[in-house]
Amino acid sequence: MNRPGLATACVAMLRRDLTLAWRRRGDIAMPVLYALIVTMLFPFALGPEDTLLQRIAGGVVLVTVLLAMLLALDAMFSSDIEDGSLEQLVLAPQPLALMLGMKILAHWLTTALPLIVIAPLLAAMLHLPGAVIPVLLLALLLATPLLSLLGAVLVALTAGTRRSGMLLALMLLPLCVPAMIFAAGAVAAAQQGLPWLAPIAWLGAAVVLAVVLAPLACAAALRIALDA
Amino acid sequence: MSSWIPLWLHKLGSPPTFYRFAGTLRPWAMLLALLLGAVALYGGLVLAPADYQQGDAYRIIFIHVPSAEMSMFIYAVMGVAAFIALVWRIKLAEVVAMESAPIGAAFTFITLITGSLWGKPMWGTWWTWDARLTSELVLLFLFLGVIGLYHAFEDRRQGARAAAFLAIIGIINVPIVHFSVNWWNTLHQGSTINIFGKSKMSWDMLWPLLTMMLATKFYYAASLFNRVRTDLLALEGGKDWVRQIAESEARS
Amino acid sequence: MSALQTFFAMGGYAAYVWPAYAVFFIVLIADTIAPGVRRRRVLHELRARLARQSLRQNRNSPAPPSP
Repeated sequence: MNRPGLATACVAMLRRDLTLAWRRRGDIAMPVLYALIVTMLFPFALGPEDTLLQRIAGGVVLVTVLLAMLLALDAMFSSDIEDGSLEQLVLAPQPLALMLGMKILAHWLTTALPLIVIAPLLAAMLHLPGAVIPVLLLALLLATPLLSLLGAVLVALTAGTRRSGMLLALMLLPLCVPAMIFAAGAVAAAQQGLPWLAPIAWLGAAVVLAVVLAPLACAAALRIALDA
Repeated sequence: MSSWIPLWLHKLGSPPTFYRFAGTLRPWAMLLALLLGAVALYGGLVLAPADYQQGDAYRIIFIHVPSAEMSMFIYAVMGVAAFIALVWRIKLAEVVAMESAPIGAAFTFITLITGSLWGKPMWGTWWTWDARLTSELVLLFLFLGVIGLYHAFEDRRQGARAAAFLAIIGIINVPIVHFSVNWWNTLHQGSTINIFGKSKMSWDMLWPLLTMMLATKFYYAASLFNRVRTDLLALEGGKDWVRQIAESEARS
Repeated sequence: MSALQTFFAMGGYAAYVWPAYAVFFIVLIADTIAPGVRRRRVLHELRARLARQSLRQNRNSPAPPSP
């Protein structure tokens, strides 16, 4: 029997998910648009003073990106569950955790990456000093994979339920508190001219841990949720 | 399963046996909880002297600290039961884990409310983003998440297994949250109010507190038995032993 | 002021101490009552289901042994 190698399977999985996402380009734009709108509302709500906006800019961008990702999280496995391809994946000879890791990577590329790309624009709208923007991008680059990975585990847990976005938010909130604290901490430290490497290092450690553990947890959760 | 586990423990895992066992123990646990609670309240509210710094406001401690302790204790019980439920697929463990969650949420809620009622006269604010307060709030959301996930499934047992998985993720998460919130609080130069700090409590104040902690443990046992019994009836609706209970209660 | 009044005044902190105790007891009493209510509902539904089953079995008797 000629079974394709692991690398081939991973690439095929990634290509399939990216192709599917590309066919529905409008969905990729949705979180970006949402983040833009939310960021635009803050100056209206708080007043246009530069100093105030500068002070909150880092936190607002991070929270906005988190909410935008939460919006897209629900759709991570939903189409695959509807057409039954997720069950096929569970039965496939390749390790489920690895395949799910590829799916999470594809999801991160299609939802988080566009958000990171427009993050400088969001930050500039709130007058975040230009010198801080690289730190913000670095924090986002580490925090968003963490959110995608944690979110994937929770989405897998809810795979067998009626769609419930609010439940997902309730479950994700306690899990994303540390990521949010360290990401915002790095940005705030950079803004005050303090060393910002420590929180970034913590985030990096958390991402490494999550990359190893989350796909395994995701696979276990999916087995529970689909085991009817 | 392994042979070192005594037979009666296996028997206790079967729903009808546990139903009877819990039914026998529940009144005694409740009685002990009420007795100890009454003694603790008398000791705490009447006998214990007023604190030299806080006056009588400190008397909230006799319910605040036991509730806070219970919220964490119940989460630990839930986590252990969830682990057992996932590894050995014991139905009773699932029920214990899922019925612990509402009690834990109730104690966490009490802790937050009494804490803020205590904080208002002492710190001058209802809420501060102190590490312990924030961790407790996160704990409440963890409990609510477990309850929510459990009820989101059509199939009860599948919901219990998914929620048990979430409970275990939460157990890993709680120390991380506490650590990160501690770190965040020192960064923000937040209010680091530590009322009791290193100061030792006098025995007059300590014994009602310890008695109350014991009382809440017994209360938890009684409430858990009550809830598990009800849930077993709902889960095992088609079985003979439940039918007999339903018929005998209709006659009485 | 009588001893009882001083007790209820709680050294001026009555507005904080008593609501705290009230919350404690109300939440725990609700937690104790809730399973009882649910238990009654569960048993009621079960009896209704059993009554329907026996009715159906009597109608098309001889009743086949239910699985």
